Amino acid sequence: MKKYFITVYNIVEKDLLLELKSKEVVVSMLLFSLLVVIVFSFIFEPGAEYKNDLVGGILWMAFIFSGVLGLNKSMLNETTGGNLNALLLAPVDRSAVFFGKVVSNFFFLAVMEAITIPIFMIFYNINIFGHSVLSAVVILMGTYGFSVLGTLFSLISVKTKTREVMLPLLLLPLIIPIILAGIQCLNIYIKNGDITESYKWLKLIGVFDVIFTAVIFAIFDYIVEE
Amino acid sequence: MKITALVDIVTFIAVSVAIYFTFIFAPLEAQMGSVQKIFYFHVASAWISFFAFFVTFVCSFFVLFTNKYIFDDIASSSAEIGIIFCTIVLITGPIWAKPIWGTWWTWDPRLTTTLILWFIYVGYLMLRKFLDEEDKKAKFSAALGIIGFIDVPIVFFSIRWWRTIHPNVLQQGGGGLAPDMLKALLVSIFAFTMLYITLMIKTATVKHLFRRYEKITSDR
Repeated sequence: MKKYFITVYNIVEKDLLLELKSKEVVVSMLLFSLLVVIVFSFIFEPGAEYKNDLVGGILWMAFIFSGVLGLNKSMLNETTGGNLNALLLAPVDRSAVFFGKVVSNFFFLAVMEAITIPIFMIFYNINIFGHSVLSAVVILMGTYGFSVLGTLFSLISVKTKTREVMLPLLLLPLIIPIILAGIQCLNIYIKNGDITESYKWLKLIGVFDVIFTAVIFAIFDYIVEE
Repeated sequence: MKITALVDIVTFIAVSVAIYFTFIFAPLEAQMGSVQKIFYFHVASAWISFFAFFVTFVCSFFVLFTNKYIFDDIASSSAEIGIIFCTIVLITGPIWAKPIWGTWWTWDPRLTTTLILWFIYVGYLMLRKFLDEEDKKAKFSAALGIIGFIDVPIVFFSIRWWRTIHPNVLQQGGGGLAPDMLKALLVSIFAFTMLYITLMIKTATVKHLFRRYEKITSDR
């Protein structure tokens, strides 16, 4: 058990060191998410009242789209030079390697979000934490679910002939519950709604995270065995 | 004269009987008129598509745990058939909805879930197209077959909650079916199930034979 977590930690450490040197993944994701935030602002008139109905969705779209970009980049780094195959051949739990990648992807996404959110709040003149700090919980839980499925499908899609094109096609329909629940929660918090209303959405994201973590943990070794 | 030929004959008869039951035996619906006839094929197709994806789900486990390619053949054939029937559902639904609800589409949980289901399994078939190695094709698509099917109920519940927040303006009819209509529906479902089995046997056999052919030619 302890060995399992050491493997996870080693993978995360490797990814973080690599990212600190190159900064490729986080910077490209960050620029893209900021661009999404800016491009989407042209939807409404400056200072329009109805913007509060839309901003939660825009924030999530920025995370999801730039997340897809980052997941692809992160997995392509792994496949160049056959690194991924080497990792999977190592005498450690294969799912530990996988969850190491999940944790580092989660970390990259979280850094991107931590920088995007303040800039987003300035541009849209809105405070998503004003009503409840649960906004942060929703975003982190949603990001985890996104990175679990996203890491698996980025691993699958880099092996295809079309490479990164496959990832959004496979991932987006599957993560609709997270997108939907995340947007509903943010809408409740932004519009000062009833916080208890948001609990069922939080539970939904929690159930999604737990189910897919467990399922992938159970089947991952069989998926990648040669 | 093998069992497959028998299945073919039974399917042919069942489909013919279903057409008779739908268009002649079942009474005309009082309010909707002849548009309602589409219902017998719509519901039967919906049942087959869900059933087909369930078969894909179960066979995907067998692919992962037994490594036998025959399960991959069954899983992928079932997904292909499921996509066809899912497409039929998505086409017949709006044709019915336009005159009855006055709109082609509404974001009702069942409609939306079916649409997302369609996208998931089109992704499944695309993934298979773009993977070259047999082994990876089987394993990776099995992963999607399992995760996609588990995802469907979560999608359904999330959309149902979403719709209760925004109340549906369209009143949904339904409820009691006339006994003769129920009979026609059951006959139709039986016919579609037989059709599924026939298509399944044929598709899986072709895939199995193709795999053998590939093996023979590569051994030379």
